[in-house]
Amino acid sequence: MNKAKKGDWVRVYNIVLKPEERAPQVPDDTKKVPLEMWVKGFLLNEEAKIGDEVEIETYIGRKIKGKLVEINPYYSHDYGKCIPELLFIGRQLRGILEGGEDNE
Amino acid sequence: MNRDMSYQGVMSRRNEIMKKAVGIDYERFESKGIAFDYERMMRETGYSLQEIQKIQNETGVGNTPIYELKNLTALARKLAPKGKGARIFIKDEACNPSGSFKARRAATSIYHAKKLGYKGVIAATSGNYGAAVASQAAMKGLKCIIVQECYDSRGIGQPEIIEKARKCEAYGAEVLQLTVGPELFYTFLKLLEETGYFNASLYTPFGIAGVETLGYELAMQFRELVGRDPDVVVATNAGGGNLTGTARGLIKAGAYDVKIVGASVNLKGLHMASDTQFNRKSFTTGHTGFGIPFATWPDRSDVPRSAARPLRYMDRYVTVNQGEVFYITEALAQLEGLERGPAGNTSLAAAFALAQELDEDQIIVAQETEYTGAGKHIQPQLTFAKQNGVDIIIGNPDDEVPGKNIILPSHPSLIKARDLDLDKIKKSYIKNCIETTKINYVTKEDIDFLVEDTKSNEEFVKQILNELGVKY
Repeated sequence: MNKAKKGDWVRVYNIVLKPEERAPQVPDDTKKVPLEMWVKGFLLNEEAKIGDEVEIETYIGRKIKGKLVEINPYYSHDYGKCIPELLFIGRQLRGILEGGEDNE
Repeated sequence: MNRDMSYQGVMSRRNEIMKKAVGIDYERFESKGIAFDYERMMRETGYSLQEIQKIQNETGVGNTPIYELKNLTALARKLAPKGKGARIFIKDEACNPSGSFKARRAATSIYHAKKLGYKGVIAATSGNYGAAVASQAAMKGLKCIIVQECYDSRGIGQPEIIEKARKCEAYGAEVLQLTVGPELFYTFLKLLEETGYFNASLYTPFGIAGVETLGYELAMQFRELVGRDPDVVVATNAGGGNLTGTARGLIKAGAYDVKIVGASVNLKGLHMASDTQFNRKSFTTGHTGFGIPFATWPDRSDVPRSAARPLRYMDRYVTVNQGEVFYITEALAQLEGLERGPAGNTSLAAAFALAQELDEDQIIVAQETEYTGAGKHIQPQLTFAKQNGVDIIIGNPDDEVPGKNIILPSHPSLIKARDLDLDKIKKSYIKNCIETTKINYVTKEDIDFLVEDTKSNEEFVKQILNELGVKY
């Protein structure tokens, strides 16, 4: 879906501070990049496509302008991949408690 | 509106904005020098412990259970010299409505905001506090904005922070996500000015007094359970509020002899405001990146005078490594049947090591847990670490280099609580007081304040003033 219509739940993007506007105490690597912002809300424009400058109303009712970057944004975080390095821990600890290491 | 909205412009209005947004006139408690009347501020702008208990009760906050971790205790005893290995307990703060002890802080802040007639609240946080504020705001019918430091310049964010955003949005909050940088505070100020909402700062007297019930409950629960106060309470230390509130609550319960230990994850060498280092740490809270700067300068927070002053109460300050906390998190699930989030287990990793120094009949408590779930669990956090080039190694945690590797101890006997030099931290705090106030003469009142604020004595403070060449 590349087009959003009024009322759709979308995510917008903004630059809050350009690199040259950043705080003086910021480390050099951070100073090279802008301060960016993302926020979600309901689209107020009649219609818009990804990349358009739009206005949204956030869930609590604030109006914010920004570049449309996502329509129906969703969470994609999960429980991660298998971490084989963790698998020994429970067996090791049960082994110690059962007295396995007393014979060492 | 012709207000200057540039970084410098907004920052120059900081005090004016804050006064409106917190409703406290901090000047009432200030002296001309270093000293300020901390206890009077806590008394006059906060609530009594009984009032807070009532406020928290209304929204189901507090009265969390205590578990004796019998298997972890047995394990500690296997590793400790004969006769050593204290009983390890944990206070299950994950049972609060928002999944962490932070609900206690949020409950009082939101109650106060509502009472004062604010329409909404704002908090700047990547973590559990945001979820707590959003949850309490939902219960009280207030609007809520959470401002989050979430992504690096590649747009990549830690699963733990993304999960916190999800939780806040689940409670109907607006979540404003930013890239790395201290200018989060600038955005925060702009929002306060624009909305007129309440600053649900972590560092107001309401926020800290909200945690006092934790310490108070803890003492009461132990008296009921084992007939006495615990010997040692370990608190994860970041901004200092957890430790401060808990210690104050214990004192209010008359539990004067409990030793208070602060524990932080060691993130030495990683700059907290660095875009490139932001995603090279696997802990977003409870680490030395907050613990040290906030201990050595508590008033760096978002209110003129922080009510979180951990040096006042801390008897000992230890660090643990990231790999050790992940290991103990797995151990807590495997041996005790409690799956909890890693950050909250920082104090448990320390308690497990410290238990081995104490006698068998002594009691040590890790005073918090936090919720876990997708993103906020050891697996996604370690997956993320690997994806960002951090090595996961099974070995000796002493070899861990923050940002480079995470070392899961190959054996639980390798888990250690490493002491930080508390005198050095206190000295650094006193130095900061002198540098910030730019005074060249320290009064008797200032010295008394510094003695209290560092839990030291006059001789110690005077010795440091001598070293700094400051007259008194």
